[in-house]
Amino acid sequence: MFDFPLLSIMTFLPLAGVLIILLIRGDEKVVAQNAKYMALYTSLFTLAFAVFMYLKFDPSSADFQFTEQSNWLAPLGLKYHLGVDGISMLFVLLSAALTPVCILASWESIKKRVKEYMMAFLVLECFMIGTFCALDSILFYVFFEGVLIPMFLIIGVWGGERRVYSAYKFFLYTLLGSVLMLLALLTLYVQVGTTDIPTLIENPVARDLQLWLWLAVFASFAVKMPMWPVHTWLPDAHVEAPTAGSVILAGVLLKMGGYGFLRFSLPMFPEASEFFAPLVFGLSIVAIIYTSLVALVQEDMKKLIAYSSVAHMGFVTLGIFTATRYGVEGGIFQMLSHGLISGALFLCVGVVYDRLHTREIARYGGIVKNMPKYATVFMIFTLGSVGLPGTSGFVGEFLSLLGAFQVNTVVAAFAATGVILGAAYMLLLYRRVVFGPQENKDAAKMPDLNKREIALLAPIVVLVLWLGVSPNIVMEKVSPSVEKLLTHYEEQVGSAAQSNDLDELHEMGEAEMLEGGEE
Amino acid sequence: MELLVVFPPLIAFLLAFLFGKSLGDKGAQLVTCSGVIIAAISSIVLFFDVAMGGHGYTTLLAPWVTSGDFSVNWALKVDQLSVVMMCVITIVSSCVHVYSVGYMSHDDAKARFMSYLSLFTFAMLMLVTADNLLQLFFGWEGVGLASYLLIGFWNQKHSANAAAIKAFVVNRVGDFGLALGLFATFALFGSIEFTTIFEEAPEMADSVLSFFGHEFHALTLIGLLLFIGAMGKSAQLGLHTWLPDAMEGPTPVSALIHAATMVTAGVFLVARFSPLYEYAPTALIVVTVVGACTAFVAATIGLTQFDIKRVIAYSTMSQLGYMFFALGVSAYGAAMFHLMTHAFFKALLFLGAGSVIHAMSDEQDMRKMGGIYNKIPITYALMWIGSLALAGMPFFAGYYSKDIILEAAFADHSWWGEFAFWMGIAAALMTAFYSWRLLFMTFHGKPRASKKVMSHIHESPPVMLGPLFVLATGAVLAGFVFYEAFVGHHAMWHEAIKVLEANDTITAAHHVPFWVKKLPIGIGLIGIALAYLFYISKPKLPEATVKRVKPLHTLLFNKWFFDELYDAAFVKSSFKLGKLFWCTDKQVVDRFGPDGAAGTSNKIAALLSRFQSGYVFQYALVMMIAVIGLISWFVFKTGQGF
Repeated sequence: MFDFPLLSIMTFLPLAGVLIILLIRGDEKVVAQNAKYMALYTSLFTLAFAVFMYLKFDPSSADFQFTEQSNWLAPLGLKYHLGVDGISMLFVLLSAALTPVCILASWESIKKRVKEYMMAFLVLECFMIGTFCALDSILFYVFFEGVLIPMFLIIGVWGGERRVYSAYKFFLYTLLGSVLMLLALLTLYVQVGTTDIPTLIENPVARDLQLWLWLAVFASFAVKMPMWPVHTWLPDAHVEAPTAGSVILAGVLLKMGGYGFLRFSLPMFPEASEFFAPLVFGLSIVAIIYTSLVALVQEDMKKLIAYSSVAHMGFVTLGIFTATRYGVEGGIFQMLSHGLISGALFLCVGVVYDRLHTREIARYGGIVKNMPKYATVFMIFTLGSVGLPGTSGFVGEFLSLLGAFQVNTVVAAFAATGVILGAAYMLLLYRRVVFGPQENKDAAKMPDLNKREIALLAPIVVLVLWLGVSPNIVMEKVSPSVEKLLTHYEEQVGSAAQSNDLDELHEMGEAEMLEGGEE
Repeated sequence: MELLVVFPPLIAFLLAFLFGKSLGDKGAQLVTCSGVIIAAISSIVLFFDVAMGGHGYTTLLAPWVTSGDFSVNWALKVDQLSVVMMCVITIVSSCVHVYSVGYMSHDDAKARFMSYLSLFTFAMLMLVTADNLLQLFFGWEGVGLASYLLIGFWNQKHSANAAAIKAFVVNRVGDFGLALGLFATFALFGSIEFTTIFEEAPEMADSVLSFFGHEFHALTLIGLLLFIGAMGKSAQLGLHTWLPDAMEGPTPVSALIHAATMVTAGVFLVARFSPLYEYAPTALIVVTVVGACTAFVAATIGLTQFDIKRVIAYSTMSQLGYMFFALGVSAYGAAMFHLMTHAFFKALLFLGAGSVIHAMSDEQDMRKMGGIYNKIPITYALMWIGSLALAGMPFFAGYYSKDIILEAAFADHSWWGEFAFWMGIAAALMTAFYSWRLLFMTFHGKPRASKKVMSHIHESPPVMLGPLFVLATGAVLAGFVFYEAFVGHHAMWHEAIKVLEANDTITAAHHVPFWVKKLPIGIGLIGIALAYLFYISKPKLPEATVKRVKPLHTLLFNKWFFDELYDAAFVKSSFKLGKLFWCTDKQVVDRFGPDGAAGTSNKIAALLSRFQSGYVFQYALVMMIAVIGLISWFVFKTGQGF
């Protein structure tokens, strides 16, 4: 479309920032200050490019845009291939938007090793954007796994008391999953002879192999998502991570799982996706109900929101695997919206954590008196999380459920109970933190939001409400890509259903019963 | 014109909420009051335009959600039904706004309070002007939010916060039904726009829809699911427990939201969907029976309560029951008629009660009142008007609307119609009884308040009494004036309400036997006489009666133990399950997952060698094991190498 390597610039601009930060010398305080500003400017520039990309993006086309291609490891046939469609473009934008927020959120709360911290965040941004832009499966894998390293460091170095345990748990879980994914990608390479994602999508492998490969990549994406029962790393990681770490974790990293489903599972293994959809539905329902109930009894603010994330991601997986327009678009919208809302909720927790240094819900209470602005902002995000119509949280949840109802009414009905429980745990959290008598003297003395915090939160408030009232500004960019994805999916599933040998189907089916115990 | 109805309250909300500080209390009050008054004037103009002649129309505002063939717009539907609702909402809201200026004069968060009232008004208007189910859902949840914020307005109080959350969550249970109804509608019709649904409903009369693995009659299923939503919002038996607790909110809120407008949203929903319910007779039977039971049960509870606001709250619930069984026998016009008259006299009663509470230094317990009728004579007189209208005494508004409902139920000539009729008669007796019990206990007898309270008693300021006069006018005249338009032979509804020829109970109601027409008045008079006997002539009688029927009284006084039952069945068990699952996370998932893996690999590592230590080695090991395991499994299974 044009020669200007926009995606590469966005991906590697943060790395350039890292190099410059590396060069900063001098007194510790000065270094810290300069590193902060450098990181902020770099991320803002990246955001500017991302906005430019959003505006230049042609919504009428379902093809990959801004593509770049060059030989990377020619002997192996590996290519450096970048490009975005309507789906990945959104996540690039989300990553680019949340990084400056994270840097600004860490402005005062990070006191040690500021330079390294800022570098870690910029490296993280590079990997995140790379993940969403990559159109070569090995390149994708490199970025996808690369994300782990800075995140591991952010939790492990700047985290709370049990940071090592959490970082380790996080790493172990995600790594286990990704080993399986690497195997799957290598198998695909051997079978099809390329690592080029668009080519792989066009040439799906045989059904038997699809089933295995689907399971292998599922392991990786399900952990990232996270889906029940491989979700237990998330609450620990969130609790111990610094505020910005939680924001980026909830805001972007979890979405990589959903993105993976959309880029790999559904288009590359359509028959397997159809076969395993009941399993995913089962896991999603369990995730929604189980984690909502767990969220109800949490005493730690961050843990509660972490569990709510698992429940919200349940709607995403549910929507995506309905393989309906509403479901998939709902899932994508839910990811975007959850990225904003849960990111903002973690920022809200960070605001009071910075003041009182505790995440324990019972240590707060009645702070609406001394922090009215905070109470309003927190209320808006609470309502977004509850999925009130008029906020972005509603649209995604609603469309996912609408899609689910088309496919299976029982699934939709069970999942919809999550909407009731969601209201219960979020309002209970809000009540205990913000309302009630002021029983804790120190909590009653906390000052209201300062200018920096307002600058952080206000844009997200606007976005959450705007997307809630007018979701089409995003939907129209996503729609063609989703349509293409589903047309392809239906063609594959349809043609496969005719040609497949029935006996073989049964044999495989029985073997999978052990795996898919849910259904 | 419809824009001038819907948006001034929104603008007023935004101004008062965002700039409350710079506007000041007076400014915020002025902005919000003028917002709703503009809306009220515009509504009345619209009413004469549309209802008294002319036809409905829809104004498109903007697209909202589009996804494939699912597309929904923001739109304002103006027809007879929505215009009636607009008038009720904006007029009562205006009265409540103005009244609040006086009632909340001692509160420090006046701007916030007024802005929430305006937000509520806006959401309610969006609800009634929706031309599709999704916008209706927006309004539906929006009023729920406003209700949540206003019930919990005094957020320092634990009880207020608990009541607010309870209201929101119980309503969400109803919304769950409404949402499923919406999905089912879309599955059946491929659209959620009212025009499309209603046009195609007759053709769908015999279609089936698969739900939970069974084939159901599609329209019945949709009707029932939507009715679950209506039950939540309109506090019908089963989902009613939030309404009495909602009285924790300031009294103007109770008048506006929990008496006149929001709780009638369910009635509006069913009336709006009359073109669909007409083809779902089974759903209508359910609506009738639930409505009739609600009318009866709520009235029995109302007999025993002592909190002045709770008595009125149960009476609201009971009256909503009347509206629902009217809907159930296809007397939609009668239900809307009662909705309208009820809005006036119930808001009047609530605001009157507020005036009493204001006078009694925030006392709500009727056992601590009494002997004050000559100290606040205007309030006293207005409460009489409200009670007379509520009890359906001749020529007051309730007389016309309640009678037509009972007559229609009788005229239905079905077992459920008959059931509803007799339940309604029984509830009418109790209504009259508890209304005069309230009047006598509050205003008559010996003063039971402390001297200090008694010395403070004063009539409310004009800013509070003014709105009461407006409402009282409605409570007196609304029935007589609008009888023909709502339930006459040439009612105004046209396409807004659809009744099949065979179900036309309103026409049939004009020809019921004489005793059916006169029974409600007779029974009402008996109720008043009994109240006089119990609370004026023989004040010892209530206590003696309670002793004689102790078990029954315990049941009623404890509201049939719904709260206790739900608490044990749902609330406690949810928390228990939550704790259990949390333990599962730690004890099962983690033990056999990452912690277990770590433990095992640690042991193996220790066994194998000591030259490597630290985490990296463990990961590598786990990774290796996984890789080897997977490859061998893979090769074994597919019989082919790489």
